[in-house]
Amino acid sequence: MSSTDEPDYRPPQVPTVDEVAANERADRLATRSIKTEAKVQGLRMLITMLDLTTLEGADTPGKVRSLCQKALTPAPHSDQDYPSVGAVCVYPPMVEIAREQVAGTDVNVASVASYFPSGQAALEERVEEVKRVRDAGADEIDVVMNRNAFLSGRYERVHEEIRELAVASGDAHLKVILETGELETYDAVRLASQIAIDAGADFIKTSTGKIKPAATMPVTLVMLETIRDHYLDTGQKVGMKPAGGIRDAKTALRYLVMVKEVLGDDWLTADRFRIGASSLLNDLLLQLEKERQGRYHSKRYLSLG
Amino acid sequence: MANICRASRKDFRDAVVAAREAQEGWASRSAFNRGQILYRMGEMLESRRQAFAEELIEVVGYGREEAEAELDVAIDRLLWYAGWSDKFAQVFGTVNPVATSHFDFSVPEPTGVVAAFVPEHAPLLGLVSCMAPIVVTGNAVVLIVDNDAPTLSLDVAEVLETSDVPGGVVNVLTGHRTELREHVGGHRDVDAILSVGASAEERTVLETEGADSVTRLEFRPDRTAAEWRLEDSQSPYWMTPFVEFKTTWHPVGR
Repeated sequence: MSSTDEPDYRPPQVPTVDEVAANERADRLATRSIKTEAKVQGLRMLITMLDLTTLEGADTPGKVRSLCQKALTPAPHSDQDYPSVGAVCVYPPMVEIAREQVAGTDVNVASVASYFPSGQAALEERVEEVKRVRDAGADEIDVVMNRNAFLSGRYERVHEEIRELAVASGDAHLKVILETGELETYDAVRLASQIAIDAGADFIKTSTGKIKPAATMPVTLVMLETIRDHYLDTGQKVGMKPAGGIRDAKTALRYLVMVKEVLGDDWLTADRFRIGASSLLNDLLLQLEKERQGRYHSKRYLSLG
Repeated sequence: MANICRASRKDFRDAVVAAREAQEGWASRSAFNRGQILYRMGEMLESRRQAFAEELIEVVGYGREEAEAELDVAIDRLLWYAGWSDKFAQVFGTVNPVATSHFDFSVPEPTGVVAAFVPEHAPLLGLVSCMAPIVVTGNAVVLIVDNDAPTLSLDVAEVLETSDVPGGVVNVLTGHRTELREHVGGHRDVDAILSVGASAEERTVLETEGADSVTRLEFRPDRTAAEWRLEDSQSPYWMTPFVEFKTTWHPVGR
């Protein structure tokens, strides 16, 4: 498709990313030591920022229900009161079940859509799916960017698609998944982030979790810097969601440090920062229990997740 | 002769994480395969005989004869437990007579992650005598070595490295047990503890700290190097403290 189809959008000029510097900076941000009260505060904050996810072919209504229970009360048997997570993230057919389970609570329902994870379908079908999950009651919709179009340089097409998906999502929060594992370079990540933001993404998200590498610190840093520069230009605050491969509390805390350093306190809220993960929650609970009891805890005392 | 690591609370924590990760895979291997691997440990030890003998003489102060004797028994003991791998469940499992129409049987399953304070004496044989019965049934173990010849245990780790034991099944920490015992006892992800030659104080600490998470505790007195070589220092009953019996009631028609 040629650029004449979309005359009002020109691919943005983005600054080039210094790869070595980005890696270096991400490494440095990973060396902060966070202990005791600051750690507890960070861990509790992370729970509220979690998109508790199940995206398996083998998902069943039962599994989604138990996931929702865990999202609402992460540790039912602890005498400690833990916050509920930010959202549960499921496949489109599970949206209604999740909606029912978390009705009347603070937990949002997020659904992947637009032919997750590949996005390999006609635009009309992808838009249709977004409308369907919106109508089924999803508060947040995670759509995938068309990497095929992006990698072949049809940036106007990518922009146009995301714009249509954004319109279709209506009031629901739109998170655009770039699938950075397929984008090869940080420059491409930077460009894709900017296009997604221009097209109306409320959040930009690293990965589907189906491709390795998924979320990494440097990639997230590049995306956060795009968000920062966009904010400085326009005053608009776009959210960030690293997803995939964040399994332990220590790594998650490092992401939090990075958000704080790059974007500041305004982004340290569940409205602007989320982590997509499935097994992270249990590790957060293990560390919180350890801080509380002074003893290393065991997953045996936690529900599966 | 060497600077030896003094394991900290966090080293122990990391070891337990590694052991927990490895345990399920280890337990799900066939008993025969676990036996093969233990057998392989014996072979690897045999192939390093010379080096181990020299070390026992130079570091521990053994005579030549004593060193050879300890090596012989250590190798034999690995093979002996290797042989038990696929016989243990038959001998200790049972079919239980019950009054209802059920086929009722009990089978041993590994307890999980075991921490073991190994003997002070017989730095090679004592360690082997503690490790083999724990891992053969499918447990993962964290060995805590506190004696005058901790380098021996590191050489054993080399033997393990080359004998196909999956990573994390056997973890070796050198350090002071007085510094570690509280954390070992209190760690809720440790399912059982073996303590050889525990002081009265250590016993109390482990019992108190372990009570909260109902950790299985097994205390054994230390033995002299000569005693460790005796046949009564190996027994299938050294495996039983680290298994759980699962009983299944299977309905049958009449």
